[in-house]
Amino acid sequence: MRIVFLIIFNLLLSSCDLSQLNNPYSEADPNLSILYSSFSERPKRLDPATSYSTSENSFLAQIYEPPYQYSYLKRPYQLEPLSAKKLPVINYFNAQDVLLSGNFSANKIAYSEYIIEIKQGIKFQLHPAFIEANRHLSSDQIEKLTQLNDFTEQGTRELIAEDYVYQIKRLADPKVQSPIAEFMKEYIVGFGEFSQEVKDKKKIEIKSTPLSGVTVLSRYKYKIRIKGKYPQFKFWLAMNFFAPMPWEANEFYQQKGLGDKNISLNWYPIGTGPFFLEENNPNQRIVLTKNPNYHETFYPSEGEQVDKEKGLLKDAGRKLPFIDKVIYILEKETIPYWSKFLQGFYDASGISSDSFDQAVQFSASGNAQLTETMQDQGIRLQTSISTSIFYMGFNMLDPVIGGDSEHARKLRLAISIALDYEEYISIFMNGRGIPAQGVLPPEIFGNLEKKEGMNQYVYNWKNNNYQRKSIEKAEQLMTEAGYKSGVDPKTGEALVLYFDTTSVGAGARAMMNWYRKQFEKIGIKLVIRPTDYNRFQDKIRDGSGQIFTWGWNADYPDPENFFFLLYGPNGKVKFKGENAVNYQNSKFDQLFEQMRSMDDTEQRSQIIQQMQEIIRHDVPWVFGYHPKRFALYHQWFENIKPSFMAHKELKYLRIDATSREQKREQWNQAVFWPLIAALVLFILVLIPAINAFKKRSRKTVQ
Amino acid sequence: MIKYILRRILYALPLLMGVNILSFILFFVVNSPDDMARMQLGQKHVTEQAVQNWKHQHGYDLPLLWNDRASSNKKMTETIFYQKSIGLFLLDFGVSDSGRNISEDIKQRMWPSLSIALPSLIVGLLVNISVALMMVLFRNSYLEFSSIVLCVILMSISSLFYIIGGQFFIGKLLKLVPISGYDTGFSAIKFLILPIVISVISGIGSGARWYRTLFLEEVEKDYVRTARAKGLTETQVLFKHVLKNAMIPILTGVVVVLPLLFMGSLIMESFFSIPGLGSYTIDAINSQDFAIVRAMVFLGSVLYIFGLILTDISYTIVDPRVRLS
Repeated sequence: MRIVFLIIFNLLLSSCDLSQLNNPYSEADPNLSILYSSFSERPKRLDPATSYSTSENSFLAQIYEPPYQYSYLKRPYQLEPLSAKKLPVINYFNAQDVLLSGNFSANKIAYSEYIIEIKQGIKFQLHPAFIEANRHLSSDQIEKLTQLNDFTEQGTRELIAEDYVYQIKRLADPKVQSPIAEFMKEYIVGFGEFSQEVKDKKKIEIKSTPLSGVTVLSRYKYKIRIKGKYPQFKFWLAMNFFAPMPWEANEFYQQKGLGDKNISLNWYPIGTGPFFLEENNPNQRIVLTKNPNYHETFYPSEGEQVDKEKGLLKDAGRKLPFIDKVIYILEKETIPYWSKFLQGFYDASGISSDSFDQAVQFSASGNAQLTETMQDQGIRLQTSISTSIFYMGFNMLDPVIGGDSEHARKLRLAISIALDYEEYISIFMNGRGIPAQGVLPPEIFGNLEKKEGMNQYVYNWKNNNYQRKSIEKAEQLMTEAGYKSGVDPKTGEALVLYFDTTSVGAGARAMMNWYRKQFEKIGIKLVIRPTDYNRFQDKIRDGSGQIFTWGWNADYPDPENFFFLLYGPNGKVKFKGENAVNYQNSKFDQLFEQMRSMDDTEQRSQIIQQMQEIIRHDVPWVFGYHPKRFALYHQWFENIKPSFMAHKELKYLRIDATSREQKREQWNQAVFWPLIAALVLFILVLIPAINAFKKRSRKTVQ
Repeated sequence: MIKYILRRILYALPLLMGVNILSFILFFVVNSPDDMARMQLGQKHVTEQAVQNWKHQHGYDLPLLWNDRASSNKKMTETIFYQKSIGLFLLDFGVSDSGRNISEDIKQRMWPSLSIALPSLIVGLLVNISVALMMVLFRNSYLEFSSIVLCVILMSISSLFYIIGGQFFIGKLLKLVPISGYDTGFSAIKFLILPIVISVISGIGSGARWYRTLFLEEVEKDYVRTARAKGLTETQVLFKHVLKNAMIPILTGVVVVLPLLFMGSLIMESFFSIPGLGSYTIDAINSQDFAIVRAMVFLGSVLYIFGLILTDISYTIVDPRVRLS
């Protein structure tokens, strides 16, 4: 009995660290620089050719390295070499395939060639695929495997230009199903032909099949040939889609039986990045560990003016990465995450609506600041405007709200004025957003600030700030549109408009009521049509929706990536493109075509202002808001600069593990007395009951 | 009895087929193969061709239930329903639409579910029976009255409140256990204490009242009067006679839920970040992963039928008067 007790006691001791009973981690981490983070949704795929979601990118961006990246500290966002030696050399050719030089107009360009030279000596992470024997396993050997770590032998090899070319071939392979394949078909020479040629071939055979537009020039140099001039292509080269992939990966993972054990490229990447995937258990946790083969990369020594004041240049010139390990825990709910953050078990946190008031308060001047409790814990707040826009779209094919008639335009403009997005941001977003003045978010080339960037159709400039035009102005526009006091002359009753939304359930009721109230200000009756996302998309695709809200998150920091959402030939109904409101304006389209192939010059900026003016005038969108990200960080977390592009920031971050351990101990002393008090109370209640029972029992016996 | 079990298993086959057809129809009423493709491919730059490619590669380019273009028996077999369902009856769940082996995932995720559900069931049963016996022992006293009031209060509180309240009080204020998380092996113990305590406490209200009713029913029977007449004490009567006879409905009620313990609890697992099967189906519905949805619905039905068969068998074990024929 005593032995059993001892075993149980030892087991309990081993499972609980008595100094921090509530510590959720079993790793002994005081001396390791471990970053603790979470994921709420398990990644669907970790293949750089197929993954296109922000959550998956947060893992992939640390494992794979495309040729270019965005500067960590400089703003506006700037491209810089990553695995490439320098920025690409771009050559232009005319229709006769003659190299163009000197001054020439963009419309003479038939082809552009991107010549990319990569750094020498970069090595892939250790992986069993690089051992030849592992690529030819017998079925018995495969049967014994349960995970990738079961392989005892791992190897590596040097990164070469061929690996980049191989990855582009994978993008074109229909069996891989890259989401950008159809898009790239429009640009990369020979991409479509290559897709046709390899569609019935084995995956590994793409290695020996040439892709005419993408060729290896030497061991460390390759060339991509694209149709016409597409300056934004350089931004694609900073995305994981264009990260190198060793051909050995395909040969290794295509072995029969490995997929059944979830050992596939989707779950075990092979990269050259600062971290490698040590553990992938998407049902529980994902662990990234510092890549011992990572090439020499150093913390930047240049940034914005404020970066030095914020201490962001303290580590300038030091070798990256600083963090040894990143542990992502599956955490589906925000409340437990928040509590664990306050206990020091997570290093950073966003702020959910539930905990917003506990964390943030607004000063008299409207600035967000931390509450005293947060400040006492040494927590820091960072806010940043994201490169996204959320808008209300009007279907321009709709006979009532759409079209280019002056009546419809004034109706849309009246709604734009009536829809008080300042109030929306305050009520539904706890002030976490700024009202949009146009299509472009801040930090995107062409966006102007203050009065110059104001939407003069909806706002006035007063007291050095934007002020929404009065509701009287909106009412006047309604009258001019033919709907005096909101009355539809055809029915003699209030004009009825339809709002399609995916926000359903009790939680969305307040927001829907708010929308109704905004439209009622100008006499319009808004009918809410809640629907699931599939049907909503159907309505947008076939143009049967009237009013809806949607958003766009930038792929890359270029105005083209926002204006293309309103480009006529991208119309959703006619051309199945991304222009969800089906807006078409020939002048706008012409300016767009001109602007998209230009470099960032003053002339381009002027064209962008003209485009903004056209959109503000025509009102296909009510420019909603650009979300403002509020993030909290513990005092031991260093070198944080918010970035909305490519998410390669992990290698720059630093954790002071000793300080964290001290704080955790200080904040997590277990409290036992309430339990003891409850036990005593229970006994006190039980004693008279037992006595009474005994008395009664004796009576029965007598 | 073997004949009876075999017959029940044969009855189960059309039942499972029916469940399969129903879940198939319900799923495809809400989601089309195009929707599934778009969900998997993401929101940006998805062209019609990419959607068609995805459908072809995952076998969703066939008609749903009936293939008019195919010849003879292929009219039925060359359909999404047939291609995706036939493996289920061999318990081959195949691969999810995102490419993971479903059987592997189920094998991995059922243990965390079980590690909460089984102790919760056993401890809950012991606690509920003890409380119910105590209420019966102290019947017609202030203790019984206050216990009933307490049970009604406990029953009236939402399970979500227990979870959030438990995490706040035990995890956040007292700092006795981690608020959420999971680990393998013995390290899992510290993560399981709080969810088990919460699920036991939240179940006391209804459980204890139900068992109290069973015990009170027994207490009034003739054999109890006889036992008392023999001079047995009240505790001897309760523990030796009443408890034994009241165990029949308790045991059969427990047996039916035993197989379903594998399926886990959605809310509990979600709030405590337990990587069990509870959230697996919901995640699959949200990501429109039909392969997982049909596998989990099928598995749930099989386990439920298995539970019912076990209940029937348990009747014959605990009550010799019952014979299966």
